[in-house]
Amino acid sequence: MSPPLLGVEGDGQGTVSLLNSASSMESIFQKSPGLTERNYLGLSDCSSVDSSAVSSISEVKRNNLNLKATELRLGLPGSQSPERDPEVNLATSESLDEKPLFPLLPSKDGICSASQKIVVSGNKRGFSDTIDGYSETKGFSEGNWMFGSSGTDSDASKSLVQGKFASNANVNGMISSGAQPASIKDATSKMAPEQAHATYGTSLNKVNSSNPPAAKAQVVGWPPVRSFRKNILATNSKNNDEVDGKPGPGALFVKVSMDGAPYLRKVDLRSYTTYQELSLALEKMFSCFTIGQCGSQGAPGRESLSESKLRDLLHGSEYVLTYEDKDGDWMLVGDVPWDMFIGSCKRLKIMKGSDAIGLAPRAMEKSKNRN
Amino acid sequence: MVYSLPEEVLEHVFSFITLDKDRNAVSLVCKSWYEIERWCRRRIFVGNCYAVSPSIMTRRFPEVRSVELKGKPHFADFNLVPEGWGGFACPWISEMSRAYPWLEEIRLKRMVVTDESLELISTSFKNFKVLVLSSCEGFSTDGLAAIAANCRNLRKLDLRESEVMDLSGHWLSHFPNTCTSLESLNIACLGSEVSFSALERLVGRSPNLKILRLNRAVPLEKLSTLLCRAPQLVELGTGAYSSGIRSDVYSSLSKAFLGCKELKGLSGFWDVDPSYLLAFYSVCSRLTSLNLSYATIRSPDITKVISQCPNLQRLWVLDHVEDSGLNAVALSCKDLRELRVFPSDPYIADANVTLTEQGLVSVSEGCPKLQSVLYFCRQMSNSALITIARNRPNLICFRLCVIEPRAPDYLTLEPLDVGFGAIVEHCKELRRLSLSGLLTDRVFEYIGRHAKRLEMLSIAFAGNSDLGLHHVLSGCDGLRKLEIRDCPFGDKALLANVAKLETMRSLWMSSCAVSYGACKFLSQKMPMLNVEVIDENGSLDSRFDSCPVEKLYIYRTVAGPRSDMPGYIRTIDRDRVNTIS
Repeated sequence: MSPPLLGVEGDGQGTVSLLNSASSMESIFQKSPGLTERNYLGLSDCSSVDSSAVSSISEVKRNNLNLKATELRLGLPGSQSPERDPEVNLATSESLDEKPLFPLLPSKDGICSASQKIVVSGNKRGFSDTIDGYSETKGFSEGNWMFGSSGTDSDASKSLVQGKFASNANVNGMISSGAQPASIKDATSKMAPEQAHATYGTSLNKVNSSNPPAAKAQVVGWPPVRSFRKNILATNSKNNDEVDGKPGPGALFVKVSMDGAPYLRKVDLRSYTTYQELSLALEKMFSCFTIGQCGSQGAPGRESLSESKLRDLLHGSEYVLTYEDKDGDWMLVGDVPWDMFIGSCKRLKIMKGSDAIGLAPRAMEKSKNRN
Repeated sequence: MVYSLPEEVLEHVFSFITLDKDRNAVSLVCKSWYEIERWCRRRIFVGNCYAVSPSIMTRRFPEVRSVELKGKPHFADFNLVPEGWGGFACPWISEMSRAYPWLEEIRLKRMVVTDESLELISTSFKNFKVLVLSSCEGFSTDGLAAIAANCRNLRKLDLRESEVMDLSGHWLSHFPNTCTSLESLNIACLGSEVSFSALERLVGRSPNLKILRLNRAVPLEKLSTLLCRAPQLVELGTGAYSSGIRSDVYSSLSKAFLGCKELKGLSGFWDVDPSYLLAFYSVCSRLTSLNLSYATIRSPDITKVISQCPNLQRLWVLDHVEDSGLNAVALSCKDLRELRVFPSDPYIADANVTLTEQGLVSVSEGCPKLQSVLYFCRQMSNSALITIARNRPNLICFRLCVIEPRAPDYLTLEPLDVGFGAIVEHCKELRRLSLSGLLTDRVFEYIGRHAKRLEMLSIAFAGNSDLGLHHVLSGCDGLRKLEIRDCPFGDKALLANVAKLETMRSLWMSSCAVSYGACKFLSQKMPMLNVEVIDENGSLDSRFDSCPVEKLYIYRTVAGPRSDMPGYIRTIDRDRVNTIS
């Protein structure tokens, strides 16, 4: 894994610094309204900062880039160099910032799971996730391989393009859903963050380009080392190596099951550094099930169905993320520090909120009260 | 008049014919030979569990004692095959429990096995002796408890690298006190602790125990106890191999090893503390097999051990062995047949180990019997490959993984075509080959021209065009398994070689450029093939003919399309190719 970029990777410490930078981004926006002129959507200004997800702008950017990615994908694989396109990765990471389907327990950095509050924290998380997205996309370069290599594990289990198509639906749904008072207009409020983000992104790019070999490393199923061996070696190194600030080497694959989903997936816990990353990744991975349940009509029907379904999910906090630890107990995800979690998590399960009642009564009550 | 030998005589003659290939040939001679042969075939090997159905097998061969099945494609080992793909053992086990009451051995690889199936095995076969579950999943220690409790004559229980749901370590206590038949026990893949006292007693009452592979949770302090109970062991897999510095542990361990006069193979070595390595020095001179591939010890320690093992035939090790360690291998291990060097840190571009192509070159020079190589490294050159090929024309299996995809010859920056070309040209008996590094269509031309005995080929990030795939399909006469990922191979080569696909066991292509339309065409043209398209993004219904498929798995079968697939896999149904179901 590459060394930390701007203190991005790693655990809690990284997150805190990102939140700080995130808030400074927003203050930049407020101080320089001129930035709103660059209005990709051609919509009027809106100065509200704290509504709706960053995802709207990311959608725009994604739309711009989608075509490119689409073109590449239909071309011959292999014609594209393995070099990461940083721009596209920005979009990838932005696309990850969707509202969580499984609200986490209140964690240290104060991101809690009220739907309105999610929106606000979603804003902040947008940045942290964008930046964290770098570590994510380094973790598994499904994002890197334009020609549709998709794996079963980690967040970008869908290929870059196809994942975007699916999440596009999500984003559209979220933007026009009633969950947020802000309308499409609010997309413009994301401009400044986007601008600042772009600068941020550029500086990240620069740092990144100094480490191309490390960035290329992660492709699904490559090098061809069996998961069994990878997991063993990962635990070995954890025990033996000195702390050197870089994330744990190797991969730690755990199975993820979801109530009602016809099959399991696998995720590599080491490719995430925070609960939010994991949660977003799982959302993406399993959103095709929730949307699928609404029916498999053509695209327009899909979007409208997903809107309402997602709205229900957001309001109802229908799904909860749980894990089985080393002792075989089922716990709610989010209780313990991240490192401790990945050290003891054996498998994940996305349960219906009602099923998870026994696990932590207080937490369930909280989520009910929110609605 | 045709004079034919009596059935009993023929049967007796056939009993000396063990290879499946030969048995199949025997059965084709005439109807009566077919009949006699089918009644006396005792072992069945099914390389692809979907190539034939359980009932076809039991109908033709009624007196089988041993069945071996393989399920998922090989690339499932690297997470390329999505969960839920298939490979379910249940229908096979149900059918066998009905038809083969005298079944003795079941070997499964990459299959999904449930606790219910294990229970069924344990109760259906009175004389059950051997259960090998290799890279399987779907079962828990409860299933193992059933096997332990009910199989009175169990000889071998081998769970190699399976994913077992570890509910408790008490399953081992289910072996009854009367069970003394155990010859081989491999529980290395289990995560949690087994009851040590039960293990000790089991080992103590199994005088025929030859193979014992412990799991990591068995602490080093207890190893000597077990060894003293089983000095007749031939192969041992240790548990954790570190324990703090304790001289009493060390001395009892070395004494115990001294007592193991038959020990020929060692493995395990999780969490190695180098200071304990000397404890098994007394067995080194007899060792033929050494697996240190989980031991993160450094080159000097590895070298020290290896130099003591002149009779080593198989060595598995991490890249910590470095070129220097491999030089020691080349000097000391003149009997070496198989070398595997695994990467300790596969995801870092620049690792802290000095393992280069030189290590492999040295071994190829120094070890005249070397036949099988699996080698992960970070740089390779054509000249090194040519040298290796010239040194070792007796290679049978050559799997090279240059960790960076499409890495060129690091000296000349050329593709590695010529190097691999030399390998296939010189190693005429090569049966298995895995390619890596920067490769153009040329390497496939060489392979098609020379690799006539090649049975399994793995390709990744290689080639320029369909011509590459065409060379392989048209040239490699003995090809049985072909697996390809991330290569620019499209429809043309496949459609030009449809007949070839029926002579192979299976073809896997993922992230290539094969179109959905080509799959439909293939399926129409070749009724004996299942053409399975995998699309995890769930839009199989709305695929246009020109869309490239994500993943494609084609295999020959007499059982027709399978019905146990998850929604993201579709067998192209040749009868309804134009219908969207």
